[in-house]
Amino acid sequence: MPMMLKVNGQKRSLSLDTRTTLLDALREHLHLTGTKKGCDHGQCGACTVLVNGKRINSCLSLAIMHDGDEITTIEGLGTPDKLHPMQAAFVKHDGYQCGYCTPGQICSAVAVLEEIARGVPSHVQDDLTAAPRATNMEMRERMSGNICRCGAYSNIADAMAEVAGGMG
Amino acid sequence: MKFDTPAQTNPIDKMAVVGRPVDRIDGPLKTTGTATYAYEHREAINPAYGWVIGSAIAKGTLRWLNLNEVKAAPGVIAVVTAQDAGPLGKAGRNTAKLLGGPEVDHYHQAIGVVVAETLEQARAAAALARVEYVRAGGQFDLVQALATASVVDDSGKPSAPEIVGTFDTAFAAAPVKLDAEYTTPDHSHAMMEPFASIAVWNNDELTVWTSNQMIDWGRGDLAKTLNMPKEKIRFLSPYIGGGFGGKLWLRVDAVLAALGAKAAGRAVKVTLPRPFMTNNSTHRPATRQRIRIGASLDGTITAIGHESGSGDLPGGGPETATAQTRLLYAGANRLTALRLAVLDLPEGNAMRAPGEAPGMMALEIAMDEMAEKLGMDPVAFRIKNDTQVDPAKPERRFSQRQLVRCLTEGAERFGWSRRNPKPGQARDGRWLTGMGVAAAFRNHLNGTSAARVHLDASGMVTVETDMTDIGTGSYTIIAQTAAETMGVPVEAVSVKLGSSDFPVSVGSGGQWGAASSTAGVYAACVKLREAIAQKLGFDPASALFEGGFVRSGNRSARLGEAAAQGRLTGEDKIEYGELGKTWQLSTFGAHFVEVGVDAYTGVTRIRRMLAVCAAGRIINPKSARSQVIGAMTMGVGSALMEELVVDKRFGFFVNHDLASYEVPVHADIPHQEVIFLDEADDKANPMKAKGVGELGLCGVGAAVANAIYNATGVRIRDYPLTPDKYLDKLPPLV
Repeated sequence: MPMMLKVNGQKRSLSLDTRTTLLDALREHLHLTGTKKGCDHGQCGACTVLVNGKRINSCLSLAIMHDGDEITTIEGLGTPDKLHPMQAAFVKHDGYQCGYCTPGQICSAVAVLEEIARGVPSHVQDDLTAAPRATNMEMRERMSGNICRCGAYSNIADAMAEVAGGMG
Repeated sequence: MKFDTPAQTNPIDKMAVVGRPVDRIDGPLKTTGTATYAYEHREAINPAYGWVIGSAIAKGTLRWLNLNEVKAAPGVIAVVTAQDAGPLGKAGRNTAKLLGGPEVDHYHQAIGVVVAETLEQARAAAALARVEYVRAGGQFDLVQALATASVVDDSGKPSAPEIVGTFDTAFAAAPVKLDAEYTTPDHSHAMMEPFASIAVWNNDELTVWTSNQMIDWGRGDLAKTLNMPKEKIRFLSPYIGGGFGGKLWLRVDAVLAALGAKAAGRAVKVTLPRPFMTNNSTHRPATRQRIRIGASLDGTITAIGHESGSGDLPGGGPETATAQTRLLYAGANRLTALRLAVLDLPEGNAMRAPGEAPGMMALEIAMDEMAEKLGMDPVAFRIKNDTQVDPAKPERRFSQRQLVRCLTEGAERFGWSRRNPKPGQARDGRWLTGMGVAAAFRNHLNGTSAARVHLDASGMVTVETDMTDIGTGSYTIIAQTAAETMGVPVEAVSVKLGSSDFPVSVGSGGQWGAASSTAGVYAACVKLREAIAQKLGFDPASALFEGGFVRSGNRSARLGEAAAQGRLTGEDKIEYGELGKTWQLSTFGAHFVEVGVDAYTGVTRIRRMLAVCAAGRIINPKSARSQVIGAMTMGVGSALMEELVVDKRFGFFVNHDLASYEVPVHADIPHQEVIFLDEADDKANPMKAKGVGELGLCGVGAAVANAIYNATGVRIRDYPLTPDKYLDKLPPLV
């Protein structure tokens, strides 16, 4: 089926099998392999991308459901020569090891801080009506859909805290 | 370079770059999604997609396999099964054959691959395979199988229990003793990157991009499996999305990509779907362990016995869970024994810290129990039974052993003195709180490792070795080693890894990678220094390499000048003599954990974690710390949640995905502290470094279990410690 995605600011026309997931459209058709396939079942978070500004597991979504949507992938956040502040914080705090879950962690981390700023509540808030703050537990709760088997969680929390602090 | 006498002062000792917390040099690639993993290489033009068909039975034969509908499905290019793959060999490192049929050895053993134009077509076509099986009876129950299992040595050969002194009489005579049984379940590596390979043939030459910890093993084993010369295979694995031992071996993705590519006449890429990985590949085998410790009233261990049973497919090996008990504590009378049962479950094999990980989970609870029986503090009990020699061969000393300092400094730093030795006493609101400690221990292994180092006219140093970086930091520590030896900044070093085009390294596994791969790079750099000095007409022995210059006497030259007329190259390998036999090379640590157990629900939350490690020189404290906190995280998993559940009727692991095989997530892990004691082990290698990546896992599970005991007064010896095992035993609420 013909369709269009706006990926990292660029319009990309595609003709895809209706069974193709957004994840496979990015990886296999647009060759944006920064978005990773860890489980293909919405269990690990490695495929996290931002769709119209909100994070989703791209493996759980068919590409044709996103005709005309704006997709931001890890490649759209920054490049090796010009890192996004969250990418730079991950490098500084060693918030990764093998690197495979990392793009998903970073996309999620960027979205989590935005969700907190927007006042989206979470399970660990004492008062669901109060504005959430970027505390360690608040961020860890919201990041728990992104598995890191290398176990860089403690460092990822430090990286996020630095970026959250810098946001004032 | 032969390492057969203790290291003297050498260029690494300067530690201008080595020993510094340098950011990973591959960090900008990994954080921007531009590091290329196995399934992502685009050098193979127009690849087709392979989808693996797995056996639906655990043991038996394929009566018939009807692939007519598969072959007629849209987009299908080729189908390969054992029938049409031609004769395949089996490498010694694989227990079960990788492509099954007509005999099936385990559930989800591959029985074929479907190659189609697209992933969706290959997957849909594979679902049309019609298979009729003849199911055979199999043994899937470890406890039943162990009843008749015999004693084996670490390699699985028939053996007898290893005894020092007279264990039985000493244990019987001990005034204080413990005799307890512990269980650990099957564990899954669950690395984030699934097994994946792309294969392409050029006449009789095969190129494979894959995800493998050991390039030379994988290359050789693929050659053996395909009955072709090793030299005709290029085996490439520059980035690896985790392995933990699961990617030590050649697996079916590489074999079926190669066979599929041959049949399709073009490049083929194969990855294993997550729910297929657990039963198709290897796992850490479950254990049943018995520990007996006898001590005199003053806490001196007089008898220590550790027996462990595990299972594997025919021809497989045991989980060596008693290994650490030979060396960790003193005691004149000792017994260790392994039993190996035949099971028809998927293949058991190495997972991070094989042996010690499950062994320490049991032994370090036993030590906690024994300390309580003696009325001693568990830290003091361990210190009391420290040994500086191999207890079985007292003439063999540890090259360096600072277990006591790990325990004392850790206790001080953690606030251990605030722990109430009486369990079930500390409360924080609804939480029962407690602290636990465990020793950490893992042997250090050296291995031959080679590298090639180039210098170009710009002064840039390029390192080539087939070493892999599985998240361990190899790229960075190798750059640091070359920078230190050549006297240049890290930025002037380019590191190329994971290719069979490069000299054979020790590879990644068994926490052997960092020390030996960097030692090999050091050896090659020494060769390059000689070539540079010779080219410049300097005395190689006295030439100094620093700040991008070479100096000798009052002469000085920019490093790149030596390569003005062409690139200079040094190539060498590190090889080891007998020092590792003369001395016991081991790594040590202490884990401290504080938990809160919900008095109402029994849910355990980790509150604080500290590890103190003594593991020789730490080449990069930043990446080494990450190795240790990652291992501590895996240790929390083994304590609280990780368990492959066996279906004993049909013989497979039921929870074979990341939703049902639970591993720790962000919410489970608090801030973690790691302290490295300042060490340099001159008996280990020229880097004076030892492994640390597996040490960080050893003992963690027991430290958590001991903390839960301290919090609740409930002793659980059956991992994982899920609330169903202790909820009804918690202290009364009113």
